Amino acid sequence: MKSKLLAIAGVAAVSAAALTGCAPGDGGDSAKSECTNTIVNPDATQVSVWAWYPAFEGVVDLFNETHDDVQVCWTNAGQGNDEYTKFSTAIEAGSGAPDVIMLESEVLSSFSIRDALVDLSEYGAADVEGDYTAGAWKDVSSGDAVYGIPVDGGPMGMLYRKDILDQYGIAAPTTWDEFAAAAQALKDAGAPGVLADFPTNGRAYNQALFAQAGSTPWTYDSANPTEIGIEVNDQGSKDVLAYWDDLVQNGLVATDDAFTADYNTKLVDGSYAIYVAAAWGPGYLAGLSDADADAQWVAAPVPQWDPANPVQINWGGSTFAVTSQAKDKEAAAVVAKEIFGTEEAWKIGIEEAALFPLWKPILESDYFRDLEYPFFGGQQINKDVFLEAAAGYEGFTFSPFQNYAYDQLTEQLFAMVQGEKSSDQALDDLQASLEKYAGEQGFTLQ
Amino acid sequence: MTIQTTAAPPPTATRSGRDARKPRGSRLERRRQRWGWLFVSPFLVVFAAFLVFPLFYAFGMSLFTSTLATGTKFTGIDNYLKAFTDPLFLEGLLRVGAYALVMIPAQLLVALVAALVLDSLTTWVSKLSRLLIFAPYAIPVVIGALMWSFLYSPRFGPATTLFDLVGLDAPSFLAPDTIFGSLVNIVTWQWSGYYMVVIYAALRSIDPSIYEAARIDGANGFQTATRIKVPMISSSMVMVITFALIGTLQFFTEPVVLRNIAQGAIDAAYTPNMYAYSLAFSYSQFNYASTIAFALGILVFAGSYLFLFLTRKQSGLK
Repeated sequence: MKSKLLAIAGVAAVSAAALTGCAPGDGGDSAKSECTNTIVNPDATQVSVWAWYPAFEGVVDLFNETHDDVQVCWTNAGQGNDEYTKFSTAIEAGSGAPDVIMLESEVLSSFSIRDALVDLSEYGAADVEGDYTAGAWKDVSSGDAVYGIPVDGGPMGMLYRKDILDQYGIAAPTTWDEFAAAAQALKDAGAPGVLADFPTNGRAYNQALFAQAGSTPWTYDSANPTEIGIEVNDQGSKDVLAYWDDLVQNGLVATDDAFTADYNTKLVDGSYAIYVAAAWGPGYLAGLSDADADAQWVAAPVPQWDPANPVQINWGGSTFAVTSQAKDKEAAAVVAKEIFGTEEAWKIGIEEAALFPLWKPILESDYFRDLEYPFFGGQQINKDVFLEAAAGYEGFTFSPFQNYAYDQLTEQLFAMVQGEKSSDQALDDLQASLEKYAGEQGFTLQ
Repeated sequence: MTIQTTAAPPPTATRSGRDARKPRGSRLERRRQRWGWLFVSPFLVVFAAFLVFPLFYAFGMSLFTSTLATGTKFTGIDNYLKAFTDPLFLEGLLRVGAYALVMIPAQLLVALVAALVLDSLTTWVSKLSRLLIFAPYAIPVVIGALMWSFLYSPRFGPATTLFDLVGLDAPSFLAPDTIFGSLVNIVTWQWSGYYMVVIYAALRSIDPSIYEAARIDGANGFQTATRIKVPMISSSMVMVITFALIGTLQFFTEPVVLRNIAQGAIDAAYTPNMYAYSLAFSYSQFNYASTIAFALGILVFAGSYLFLFLTRKQSGLK
């Protein structure tokens, strides 16, 4: 019976070991052998691409029909972290990554530090730099290196339920002071819902709120990859967090986890009167079920701390990066630069995937400015809100261990919401834990 | 078991032993062994490729340290020293230990009572009940956990409606101080039926004439159950507890699924297995993740070995 025991323990150890990803990922091979789309010119160089929105199919077909020498072979390897997990495993295994991959700008540094991405400044990134705003270009660059070509962005605005605010006689807030007053007024009026949600797992959302008050948590340049500056507990962040802590402790805002089924329902059933959102938020809302039939959504600029000096912020946004495992890096760079480089491609992206373009020719076109959104009762939300937000955004630097930083942020914010910590203490503890981690990972603190 | 019966006796020892006793049969014996190896070889290839090799590979990885900024270097057992002083790993171990203390008795009790009751019933109700109690095990763990995450939801779950009937606020099932019980409930719901079937099968294998003797001696139903049935199926009980112990120490799927809706209550290092997963796939620390996985493997091995050693009398594994 001893060997049976050994077998049981062996299975136990192996199933634990299997989790470490020593087995080669299955995503990689399938990406090379099968394409979701049809290849128009079989003789041309094929470039494999991972991208997640379903509407991408039309964009791929358009690219393949207009390119004789390069063809895109597209695979949907999952959205966000699902895809990153596969990519990360492929990097560790040394094979199985696609040639071109869709990544959010916030994780570019996390992959470039692992030598997983090609510096596109060597492959003609400068040719297309002029097509993007300075803020969008800063998001994909680290020093002189360029690790991705921007696709869509998430300039932030405020979406509110006009019907609910009107019912209680509350004007749409334009500053955070008015926002807090509105939250109080809504509660005093005995409304069944609250003004908004403060999700402790908001990750990039919370970071954007801090950035609006001047927080620049990371100093990092991939030319100097072992040095990093961390400042998450600056005065701006502390002020912002103290503000939200106050709203939370007084029960003026909800603290539901974002992107859960509960949260999604509350977004559209009137439990929150205001959704502080990125430009992709309207598309997200429209895709949810259980919406109030008589809901009247209106888009407005994001509330400001100082209305005299408005600060625009960004939440999310994706890019196309070329991986270091790409066989033909020239061809891959062509795909990254050109796949969303036409108006036709962008019309698919805007109309079918609700993307907010960062490509100037379409961003600054009359077509995009005047687009009317039925979800908002025909409001021209780009002209009214998001174009100005995109133009005013100055870019952001992310850390090479962004996932860890977000997880720590979530833990600290949760402790604060639970009343275990003050807002200042939460940010000081966050700073300490990130400094410790950076040290363990071999970084020198600036 | 296959490998044990076919491959366990070392070929050399067998050959010399048999040669000495009956030299004439040795060629036949050897040919039989060759055929035996041939039949086992497909299994051995799979076993080596998917069990032995990954095990060694993971162990090899655990001896290196790679950091984001400075690359990979050989550090020997440093990772293990770090793991066994890592508060996140140790907290996770304590947590699964606490789960083991609560969850294993709970599952065993439900399974045992259900099996004993079903064993003494012979109507169609017992067949139906057996199926119903077993049904949760037939549901994939992820689906089961997802289903419960909806039942626990303050918005979609039945609790809000039920508590509204009596005018009370429903408890939050996903808060930091209630998540423990919520997870215990999911696991017990899922696994009790499986253990019930194991115990029930053992009960059915007892010779009914023993019950008759007990009845003649004046034992009532409860006495028959506690004094005869339970002692006679102790080896099955030991097996059930061993499975439950290994499963609990490797607790993973249920908390991972619930983490999607309760990130604050379940952190990334909630159980050692989750910690290894986060290290590898969220933080790109494959080497340290291997160490955690291996350290956990060693502890699971030691824990189950110790348990089987202590219960060797009951299990008949002497």
